[in-house]
Amino acid sequence: MSDWNATRDTIRDFLLTKLIRNPRLKLGDTDPLITGGLIDSFSLVEVQLFIEEKYGFRPADIDMTVETMDTLKQMVDYVEANRPQ
Amino acid sequence: MLKPTVPSDRLLTLETREQAATLLDRAALHYAQRPDADALIFIPFGKDEGERISYRAFFDGAGRYADALRGVGVAERDLVILVMEHSEALLYAFWGALMMGAIPSIFPFLSDKLDATLYFERVKALVTHSGAKALIVSPPFLESLSGLLKDSGVRVISEANLQPGSGKAHFQTTINGEDIAFLQHSSGTTGLQKGVALSHRAVLNQVAAYADALQMRPDDVIASWLPLYHDMGLIAGFVIPLVQGIPLVLMSPFHWVREPRVLLRALTHYRGTLCWLPNFAYNFMATRIRDNALEGVNLGTVRAFVNCSEPMRAESHRQFETRYTPYGLRSGALTTCYAMAENTFAVTQGGIAAPPTVDVISRPGLMDQHVARPAQNGEPTMEMLSCGTPIPNCRVQIVDSEKRPLNERQIGEVAVKSDSMLSSYYHRPDLTEQALFEGWYLTGDYGYLAEGELYITGRKKDIIIVGGKNIYPQDLESIADGVPGVKAGRAVAFGVMDDRLGTESVVMVVEAETQDEDERFEIARQIRMRVAKETEVSLSDVRVVDLKWLHKTSSGKIARGANRDKYLIEKAQEQQR
Repeated sequence: MSDWNATRDTIRDFLLTKLIRNPRLKLGDTDPLITGGLIDSFSLVEVQLFIEEKYGFRPADIDMTVETMDTLKQMVDYVEANRPQ
Repeated sequence: MLKPTVPSDRLLTLETREQAATLLDRAALHYAQRPDADALIFIPFGKDEGERISYRAFFDGAGRYADALRGVGVAERDLVILVMEHSEALLYAFWGALMMGAIPSIFPFLSDKLDATLYFERVKALVTHSGAKALIVSPPFLESLSGLLKDSGVRVISEANLQPGSGKAHFQTTINGEDIAFLQHSSGTTGLQKGVALSHRAVLNQVAAYADALQMRPDDVIASWLPLYHDMGLIAGFVIPLVQGIPLVLMSPFHWVREPRVLLRALTHYRGTLCWLPNFAYNFMATRIRDNALEGVNLGTVRAFVNCSEPMRAESHRQFETRYTPYGLRSGALTTCYAMAENTFAVTQGGIAAPPTVDVISRPGLMDQHVARPAQNGEPTMEMLSCGTPIPNCRVQIVDSEKRPLNERQIGEVAVKSDSMLSSYYHRPDLTEQALFEGWYLTGDYGYLAEGELYITGRKKDIIIVGGKNIYPQDLESIADGVPGVKAGRAVAFGVMDDRLGTESVVMVVEAETQDEDERFEIARQIRMRVAKETEVSLSDVRVVDLKWLHKTSSGKIARGANRDKYLIEKAQEQQR
């Protein structure tokens, strides 16, 4: 499994179990999370903490916006582009 | 350190209340007597500190908006709606409208989630039904709203209409204490119908009485991130400091949500003493800030965090206390309040002289006998966090369904009487008449009194409160009703307490004919998306159920309480499987 897919599965699992709290929900890579009403903007702080804990870097506050973090794909792309090598 | 501002004999208290007839009298006093003292500090996004704005600079800045409003023909007692982001400009615009005797009302700002077209239509609807004479908008909205309102006769202005230069304050109007100072609106289709009109007299009565209850001091400093379209943000986090002449450290809610540590840093840096928060914020700050972001934080100057605007939880206080005691949080600094826009703001305040009482009562006593009594014979118990005692100008009584007063510890509806009550719902005498009974405002909350302290146990009305924000379930249900596949009139929304978040989460249950799982999934997805775009609410759960699942009342209406109970039972059963 590629890194991207592994990261996707990890973040999706986090979103479904911790934030959306419905592990059975079918969440596509490009489904809108905040504008789609699945999570609210308060949850982005939790996403930020999760990324920091799991991937060893702290996403900048300015990057935690609806424009940059509204889909699973955006989150995974962000982690893959910024995680320490 | 902030510059000392108001001498102690100049605070507006019950003793000095008669010295001011309008909010402008207080503004003029600070402008004349302490022009160089710090009125406020606005912390911009991404920063921990902001520019200090003196009373002279602040009220001169407001003067530019007053001149601009006059320039477009706005007169005293005209309504002016502010559609502006949480910014310094909004602060000036609000006081600018007040300064020329107009009536400002702050409209919630467009968020990332909301659909812009629907949002503008909602602004237009409010302007039309309220008879507003002008809008002050953030520059990016000027074109859209000017276009939408071009045939309405309503003037739309923004910063572009202001004269260059620093402006000049002027406080001469024919406004008196009985005139309306400003309106407060709840959000949503239903909330916008009810503009709470507050007179200058009512607001000053509240400021004075609440100062006594808080034992306010001249060296107090208020820090706030609360939105100004909400009563707690507007009154506690804006009007009180400006009227009292004590400094305000303000940041935007968007800033705080992304970076919650900014509030704690501001309290530390500016030696904040008072801070109002809705209950969920205690959970949020106890769990969502990393230790390394708290370096240098010292909350030792804070004499009161005031929990208000949604059901308060002793557990939320415990979490916050555990997390922040190592950062200087004083024992006894966590206080409580019961408030509502219709009373300007605070009705009760607890925890100032001594920590708020936690009343441990029998759960069956509350649920079955409607009385708050001690548990007997090993009955299950529940902790009730006291809202404190009524502030000096307020009276509270508990009444039954026939509006007869009930005894101590009997559960009934909370009724409030005070001299800081609304003048009316703006242009809605029908709603005003419904809300008041012999001068008592019937709050729609259930509660009890014990040894002079008020405890809130629940809600008569179906309103849902998320993070301190009122949400009307009927607004959400009508959105769900329009989603293809939902059986007409068969949608119900209700709130469920989420202990982890410390606030309510919103659940929607709808009936659908289809049994197909994929179609049901699509219905749920559409409901979530439309509700988010139209109301900003994220639904925590959407259940698509079979026909006849929902309970109805004898009069054929969907029974929210009964359906909520059924949902909770089913959910508990699912979790046991």
